[in-house]
Amino acid sequence: MSTVLLLVITGLGLGALYFLVASGLSLIYGLMGVLNFAHGSFLTIAAFIGWEVGRRVSDGTWWGLLVSALVGMIVGAVVAAATEYFLIRRLYERHIEQALITVGLALATVALFEGIWGTDPIYTARPEWLTQTTEILGAKIPNDRFLLIVCAALVLGGIVLFLRKTRYGLIIRAGVENRSMVTALGIDVRRSFTLVFAIGGAAAGLGGVLASVYYGYVSAHLGSVLLIFAFIVTVIGGLGSLTGAAIASVLVAVLQQFANFYLGGTGDLVVVIALAAVLLVRPRGLMGKVA
Amino acid sequence: MNQQLTDSAPASTGSATEAPAPAPDGRAGGATSGRRPLVLLIGGIALVVVLAILPLLAIEIPGVLPGPTYTPGTLQLLAYAMLIAALALSYRMMFGLAGLLSFGHALFFAAGAYGLGMALEYFAPVEWQSELIFLASIVVTLIFGIVLAATVGSLALRVTGISFAMVTLAFAQAGSVLIRRNPGGATGGDEGLSLDIANVPDALVGVLNTRNLYWLSLGILVFVYLVVLWVERSRAGHVAEATRENELRVRVLGIRPYQVKFLIFIVASTLAAIAGMGYLLLQSGASPRVATADFTLTILVIVVLGGVGYRWGAIVGGIVYTLLDQRLTALAGSDFIAGLPAVLRVPLSEPLFILGTLFILVVLFLPGGIAGIPQRIRTGRKQHPVESEEAADA
Amino acid sequence: MSEPILVVDGLNGRIAGQQVVEDISFEVPASGVTALLGRNGVGKTSTIKSILGLIDRTGAVHLGGERIDRLPTHRIVQRGVGYVPEDREIFGSLSVAENLRLAERDDRPRRELIERLFPDIHARRAQRAGTLSGGQQQMVSLARALVNENRLLLVDEPTKGLAPRIVDEVAAALAEAAATVPILLVEQNLHVIRKLAERVVVLSGGRVVFTGSAADLLDDEARIQRYLGVHDATDDRAAPAHAPDHDAATAIPVADTTEELR
Repeated sequence: MSTVLLLVITGLGLGALYFLVASGLSLIYGLMGVLNFAHGSFLTIAAFIGWEVGRRVSDGTWWGLLVSALVGMIVGAVVAAATEYFLIRRLYERHIEQALITVGLALATVALFEGIWGTDPIYTARPEWLTQTTEILGAKIPNDRFLLIVCAALVLGGIVLFLRKTRYGLIIRAGVENRSMVTALGIDVRRSFTLVFAIGGAAAGLGGVLASVYYGYVSAHLGSVLLIFAFIVTVIGGLGSLTGAAIASVLVAVLQQFANFYLGGTGDLVVVIALAAVLLVRPRGLMGKVA
Repeated sequence: MNQQLTDSAPASTGSATEAPAPAPDGRAGGATSGRRPLVLLIGGIALVVVLAILPLLAIEIPGVLPGPTYTPGTLQLLAYAMLIAALALSYRMMFGLAGLLSFGHALFFAAGAYGLGMALEYFAPVEWQSELIFLASIVVTLIFGIVLAATVGSLALRVTGISFAMVTLAFAQAGSVLIRRNPGGATGGDEGLSLDIANVPDALVGVLNTRNLYWLSLGILVFVYLVVLWVERSRAGHVAEATRENELRVRVLGIRPYQVKFLIFIVASTLAAIAGMGYLLLQSGASPRVATADFTLTILVIVVLGGVGYRWGAIVGGIVYTLLDQRLTALAGSDFIAGLPAVLRVPLSEPLFILGTLFILVVLFLPGGIAGIPQRIRTGRKQHPVESEEAADA
Repeated sequence: MSEPILVVDGLNGRIAGQQVVEDISFEVPASGVTALLGRNGVGKTSTIKSILGLIDRTGAVHLGGERIDRLPTHRIVQRGVGYVPEDREIFGSLSVAENLRLAERDDRPRRELIERLFPDIHARRAQRAGTLSGGQQQMVSLARALVNENRLLLVDEPTKGLAPRIVDEVAAALAEAAATVPILLVEQNLHVIRKLAERVVVLSGGRVVFTGSAADLLDDEARIQRYLGVHDATDDRAAPAHAPDHDAATAIPVADTTEELR
């Protein structure tokens, strides 16, 4: 029982990371039709700069971590918005080329990160509580899992509130459904493109800082690893659906944990099989709109 | 490589990015000048002949090649470039001709490389003639590649567009994970698989025989080119192209695009496996890198860099990319770079950074890729279809 | 007559490289309803979309004297153009209220007008628009255009596939709107055209083949035949019990639009 609980909570924590990446991917794809391969790089740059600033302010304390998280979110948002504004926008409505640009950006930036911070992981200092465990029903749960879950839940709540309660949120929801009709109502939908990139970038940036807490290190490949799973989560959840991304994040991560434990470390394979199965049975994903 | 120029000139057959002429008519344009195909055929054959006798010559191109063309190092690099070109060519057939954006092409290249390596190891204890074992291993690997392609293709092609890309990515990821996991010590995990040379013909082993491997690679490239040409000229090729342009119209004509796509998927994947086998022999081993999604992305970059609309674009892209990658790595380690201030030194010492940036610039400013440059010069600078008011308004 | 509100001069439209609108020129007067007519597939919808910049276009389009053919769609709409697209294109996942809120551009949207014109819609404000009937969705689509004070309305087949009762309701709403704003109307239903249109522009083979008063065209059976390829049903079946020419169509919405103009 305690093992199951540990696996579930660890799965939720990992799912929280997936969600932070997948939420942006899903919104960006849903609204703009852009498959953003550079999303992992938003996460990585935010993790690095967040860590660089955080350790200078106060290394290994809650205060330092908070600074890291804020800096990470800002960096993620700014880099993402700049990507949209300077690169993606130039290829308006040319989805393949837009995806290709992000591929090039991902390759170039990962190489750049390696050049600056090296190829090896850099181990980070964390507040002490995060390195300890809490016992729940006999299961010793590492505390960082709770932080991840809480943060992802806050982000999910925040984005949902934004989408439901603000005019921009309304525009984004409408744009995901029928972008050209939104412009035909006199709305400059491109402004919300930049906004969606910024939101996705901020979530990924927070994800980057939290990933460095979860894994205990930062590295140039932090984003690339998470990106593949985030893609899978996005597709399983249904492209463009935030709720779908949230549900799929948890399902995928928990499934992965259980397979890793009970099926001899086959978590990655099981996830891939799950993706193939979902796509074949229900090509639009769990919550995707009818394409 | 014989006829590659034939259709680049008239209408960039199957150009996804430029499409200067209506696609269905593009092919007919080849007949406008009756003599050109012949000239180009001869030119193509001449080019292959020149490439074939390169190992016997001592041509030096400083800055591009690491040494004279007869040296093993240079031949090795050129052979590798040609195999990558062959792989890119097979990918272009799928992406450029049939419009199938796969993120799993590396899987089949890896299947060829690892398949042959594992087959050779598996057959090693068998008491057959060495040549027979080598041949049997190749046949087994080919069959494995075809079965794998048929399996993945039949599943992935049930969905289209981005979902297709994702399913192929998922399979490739599974393959990559399997290879890294090293089940039963068969793949060598992160270390990679080293070639068991016991049953490989002596002519294909050792530094001194690099020129044989070079010729083998050239042969693979020419073979892949001819197969791709044959598929494109076939009825299936025409249907695939028409499907890419307008699937509905093809369906209305009563043709089922699925079968054509499936066929092209299998042929392209098998060609990738063949290139993979050449890679194993050339490198005397296989590295798990060739199974990763990054490797597929690299192939995609190569095809786009060369020009999606052109067969020879994939070849040019493959060769340019490989040489750039190699030379940039050499440049990164040079004294010149080491002497630069950090702001310049760090990015310039990362070949992938330069290639990635170059790629972005090509996508933004050179939609036809390298192979599209002559076309652009002929027709004048083609306006990017970014609407002018969009830019002005931004 | 005063200056026309819309002047289209040499308009060309392209979808995926294919020419769908070819060198079209016409004007829309500053008041009343101008009907854009022609057989199916002649490019009426594409013309509307070209004017709005929803598809690639070239040629000159002036709105109230200002050139708008180089502006992006949202800028054109912001200059006071209301658009009711073919097939309604309401946002099915949003509520009715959200659909309307999204459309509101003015500081003082005309919510009372919408409430009065479409009480049914108002009652269903909280409902998801995707769950409405076709007629109700059309009301939402119309309401999105009427909620703002516009200088021109582009209305594309508002009665397509609707039951006769709803057709009348839509026509009444359009008639009321037409009292204050000029309308360019694409419509297949000759009965509705008779009721609303003052002028007609007829397209054939992607070109304008007739412009003039609606009466001139509609009173001339031969012209109707030639331009629209139809037999004007309203003249033959004048029997009042036969509530105009639509009764058979309700069951099969697609047949509704094609029946008359074939």
